[in-house]
Amino acid sequence: MSFSITLTVNEVARTVTLDDPRVTLLDLLRERLDLTGTKKGCDRGQCGACTVLVDGRRINSCLALAISHDGAQIRTIEGLAKGDELHPVQAAFIAHDGFQCGFCTPGQIMSAVGLIEEAQAGADPERVREGMSGNLCRCAAYAGITRAVLDAQERMAGAGRKDAA
Amino acid sequence: MKTFDYVRPATIPEAVAAASAPGAAYLAAGTNLVDLMKGGIAQPGRLVDIGHLPGLDRIEHMPDGGVRIGALVRNADLAYDRDFARRFPAVAEALLSGASPQLRNAATVGGNLMQRTRCAYFYDLASACNKREPGSGCDALGGENRLHAVLGWSESCIATHPSDFCVPLVALNATVEIEGAAGRREVPVESFHRLPDGHPERDSVLEPGELITGVRLPAEAAGFAGHARYLKVRERTSYAFAVVSAVAALRIEDGAIAEARIALGGVALKPWRVRDAEASLADARPDAPAFREAARIALADARPSGENGFKIELARRIVTRALTLAAAGTPDRVPALPASPFAPVPGELSHV
Amino acid sequence: MSEISLTQNPAHVRHGSNVGQPLTRRDGLLKVTGAARYAADNHPESMVYAALAVSSIARGRVTALDVAAAKAHPGVIDVMTPENRPPLAEDPDAKNHPFMFRLDVLQNDRVRYPNQPIAVVIADTLEAATEGAALLAPRYDVEPARVGLDGNEVFTPQGVGVGNPPNDSHGDVEAGLAAASRRVEATYETPAQYHNPMEPHAIVAAWDGDRLSIDTPTQGLAMAVGRVAGLFGIAPEDIHIRSPFLGGGFGGKGVMSGPQVLGILAARMVGRPVKLVLRREQMYGPVGHRGPTRQTLRLGTAGDGALTALAHHTRTASSTFDDFFEPASNASHTLYASPAIATSHDGVRLDTGTPMFMRAPGEATGSLALEGALDEMAEACGMDPLDFRLKNYAEVEPTSGKPFSSKALRECYAQGAERFGWAARPLQPRQMRDASGLLVGWGMGTATFPALMFQAEARAAIKSDGTGLMETGAQDMGQGAWTALAQIAADGLGLDIDQVEFRAGTSDLPDAGIAGGSGHTATAGMALHDAGAKVIARLADLATSAENSPLFGAGNAGVVARDGRLFRRDDESRSESYADILARAGLPEIEARGKSAADPAVRNAYAMHAHGAVFAEVKVHPELGQIRVTRLVGAFAAGRVINPRMVESQYLGGMIWGVSFALHEHAITDRRSGRIMNANLAEYHVPVNADIPSVEAILVEEHDPHVNALGIKGVGEIGVTGTAGAIANAVWHATGIRVRHLPIGLEGLLAGGLGDA
Repeated sequence: MSFSITLTVNEVARTVTLDDPRVTLLDLLRERLDLTGTKKGCDRGQCGACTVLVDGRRINSCLALAISHDGAQIRTIEGLAKGDELHPVQAAFIAHDGFQCGFCTPGQIMSAVGLIEEAQAGADPERVREGMSGNLCRCAAYAGITRAVLDAQERMAGAGRKDAA
Repeated sequence: MKTFDYVRPATIPEAVAAASAPGAAYLAAGTNLVDLMKGGIAQPGRLVDIGHLPGLDRIEHMPDGGVRIGALVRNADLAYDRDFARRFPAVAEALLSGASPQLRNAATVGGNLMQRTRCAYFYDLASACNKREPGSGCDALGGENRLHAVLGWSESCIATHPSDFCVPLVALNATVEIEGAAGRREVPVESFHRLPDGHPERDSVLEPGELITGVRLPAEAAGFAGHARYLKVRERTSYAFAVVSAVAALRIEDGAIAEARIALGGVALKPWRVRDAEASLADARPDAPAFREAARIALADARPSGENGFKIELARRIVTRALTLAAAGTPDRVPALPASPFAPVPGELSHV
Repeated sequence: MSEISLTQNPAHVRHGSNVGQPLTRRDGLLKVTGAARYAADNHPESMVYAALAVSSIARGRVTALDVAAAKAHPGVIDVMTPENRPPLAEDPDAKNHPFMFRLDVLQNDRVRYPNQPIAVVIADTLEAATEGAALLAPRYDVEPARVGLDGNEVFTPQGVGVGNPPNDSHGDVEAGLAAASRRVEATYETPAQYHNPMEPHAIVAAWDGDRLSIDTPTQGLAMAVGRVAGLFGIAPEDIHIRSPFLGGGFGGKGVMSGPQVLGILAARMVGRPVKLVLRREQMYGPVGHRGPTRQTLRLGTAGDGALTALAHHTRTASSTFDDFFEPASNASHTLYASPAIATSHDGVRLDTGTPMFMRAPGEATGSLALEGALDEMAEACGMDPLDFRLKNYAEVEPTSGKPFSSKALRECYAQGAERFGWAARPLQPRQMRDASGLLVGWGMGTATFPALMFQAEARAAIKSDGTGLMETGAQDMGQGAWTALAQIAADGLGLDIDQVEFRAGTSDLPDAGIAGGSGHTATAGMALHDAGAKVIARLADLATSAENSPLFGAGNAGVVARDGRLFRRDDESRSESYADILARAGLPEIEARGKSAADPAVRNAYAMHAHGAVFAEVKVHPELGQIRVTRLVGAFAAGRVINPRMVESQYLGGMIWGVSFALHEHAITDRRSGRIMNANLAEYHVPVNADIPSVEAILVEEHDPHVNALGIKGVGEIGVTGTAGAIANAVWHATGIRVRHLPIGLEGLLAGGLGDA
């Protein structure tokens, strides 16, 4: 049995023939679409390294079956920068040293983008920390991550105000 | 993961028909089911993907004041629905204390009711587990069971139910809407989950093929909005299952408790409502002695199932504390650390 | 601008402005865009997938595997078992040196720990390989598992850590205890902990005849090559390992593990490139862990609070088939001045995977118990814990009598205490509450870690355009090697960092030693520094011997290398660019090789350690017992800081490991089966972001003229030490309850009477 699904990944439509319904969205990205930026840390929804945006929401791609996401809009770490221009969250992670080994970083960054778009945390560091708690970092760059998210959010809000003006 | 047939029905009757076959399971977000399938604990031969069924993703505020939550509403969407959170704040707080933001963005209301225990022996295929493999025994008994049940357990199963969301639901008289081959029925959430009683493999009263289509909260449940809290002790500040949790909801009239609702999480194979304890508070002053007495009653039947006696005292304390917090009043917004003992509390409680 | 000199009196000096700068990570762009390629991100042509099947018993034999069922699964190519595994040239149970660990690579049907590999399934897809492994449905002859620190016969191991003596004694401890006016005896227990880097061990292996190409994370490229060469009987030159980024190591990727070798074997068996990635639960066995400990401290003090004796005994565990004993007692060798110090270890052999170095092996466990016992003695003496430590400050290393090469610990105490506000701490416990009524406690601990150096080599070149190249097979596991070593490389060549190409992370480069023991920056850095000195010396020779160079005849005076030019040292108006020197000589490039090693004379003369002081604030719910570390301040002195941004991150990460040690990490073993019941990341807790509301590190200035020419001590592990103890002590200060069974949690506090009416 094979299934054809169409996903929009980083604004590019990708039609995939799946010969196996067991393929997760994470393994589809990594092993079949050559988008290896998204990482597998636990494969069981316990670490957040596989975080991507699906239809604008951050989720664990390791627990999402690809076949049930026909038609979905997927955004991964590879689709965040505009050419050479980094997304403000990416730039802030570098500036605030929000990572060490870098393995959880794509998931952290996608989660941060999701968090900012959800607009529930605001500028409250405690809400940001809670809102980023679905992403483990064993190097424990948490202080830098929190600063990076707050800083990026402020910059994005500032840019938004400028755009509006 | 075992291979499976994948079907995507377009309507509820199609879904029910497809899922009535032996070995079939419903797939919504998959946050629990896919995990169980990866571990080999669940091995459905057919997945019936209900994620695309129309009409199940709405939060409807009913004319009678109740609310109907479609089974496919995501946990996060429900918790962040302003109207809903205002009227049922303890439900929102419980939802936001569960899992992680990513999981809450995916996980559905129906799926939350269907989530299975986190008992390590249930997950460990090499262990005996009556829930996973009926009749095989229970290796949690005599094993590493510090977090296991202290209420309602039997020698056949000492696991606990992991849900936060379901705890306030049982306290607030929520009901589950179920569609099956035989038609539609409604079951109180409180009697939806089953205790071990001879069939620990059956988590709920659902019959094969039956589908949860929604959850209803009655209008009267909103009457507790001013004094409703969920409190959850965990072994890290976030992204952890409850060691013990409790919801406390009070209707306070003229300085006295008109009605109380109390339920516990993490103590039994189902969310554990304590009606005797609730009754003890009727017409009582909302004060520490009354709350302690209610907590005593709530845990009167508790007994350790292993090295978990500490959970009984902890559960008493969490009931007392949740009642204290509820009496102090629901905060305007779910705290930054939802349901956490570290969430700030109103000043007058500081030294209680 | 910093000046670096290789020796006290160099012929030539190099000036650079790179070392000491808080540059952002040079690999940052790759890491934030998802372009950094970790091992499992590789996908060579015709690659297939391998999945491990692992044992669910702790001890016994595999009696049956349903290979037919696995092979019948669509997509499965083959199943590797002890019966058909390709041969190895070397016995995987051989142990030729202490850094060689015995491997389980399907050499027989024995099972000696849970999660031991027992078969490998190779398939066209990951899904098929994974299910194929599940279909093997092994059957076993089960033997009783030996579990826990009382689970087997006790003996004294020959060595602890890597080759340290198990027992050590200076002065007469019993006499010191007898003469003491106060005595404290306390036993602390710490559980088995698992490294759990975010990146599971992974390998992509491809054979081309007898040549082998590997992508795998390793903290020691040259050692990995040597191990693979020995096992497969091929020449080291025929093995190419790429390990540009490790998704965390912490010691768990220090040596090649069995599963990595099985990936190579699988590739050999099917004749195609193979990717093998461990599942998270498979990380709890074949790739090392920190052994459990039970530590008993006995302390005596005189009336003024001066220590009269310090005895530290550790019971720990290794596997039944290999040796690594957590050298916890040795943490008591260096910190406190006691006229009598005795340390000892004994061990049991359990049916677990072999323990291994895990971030601050020995120091993390040992300092937890030592700092706890110190705090208990300070309490007994009625002294402030910081005053008590200052009273017993070691001016020389107490066990060896050697002077310290440098020791700014007093400054660490002072700056940390000041920043934290320690002076306001009430002496008695249970005195502080916050506005919400939570119990508040303050505790402290001393941090220490030895300044280690291994051996390394590097190659430096200056090219005809005046730019530089530096190469060494260094490994970046997040500590910042790509950045800090490039800074050293640039200064070593007297060039701006953008003018230097820095190559690392592959096995065809000069051996940079192991990224471990907090010694990588010193070790690889000194090799780079030496290579730089040598290539500048050769460049200087060219210039000072060329009659038409402005530097002609300056050989005796020496030159200064700076900004891509050589300047006459005694007359800086005379200079020449690197490019001009090479052009005149008609050379496309000039190169030199450098190396580094610890100087035994210096090691003999000095005790060399980094130090620090950690101050912790915890809040504890007075009835519910949940604990949160609300504030951490660490002040550390570790010699020269190459990149303060990266060093700060290392300290913070280490301190959060201390939080994890004190409050979270704990492998739960079923006492009957020996299986680890929380082999995942949902129930094996490490801190999440919300656990860390406030953490700060102060970089205390310290100049060490002896440790090595760069003055570097190492920063990777010290943050863990001291912190766990500081938190445990803060929990006591908040609650009045000493919990000596780690991690500290609800049961311990409730059993201690927290919240009892």
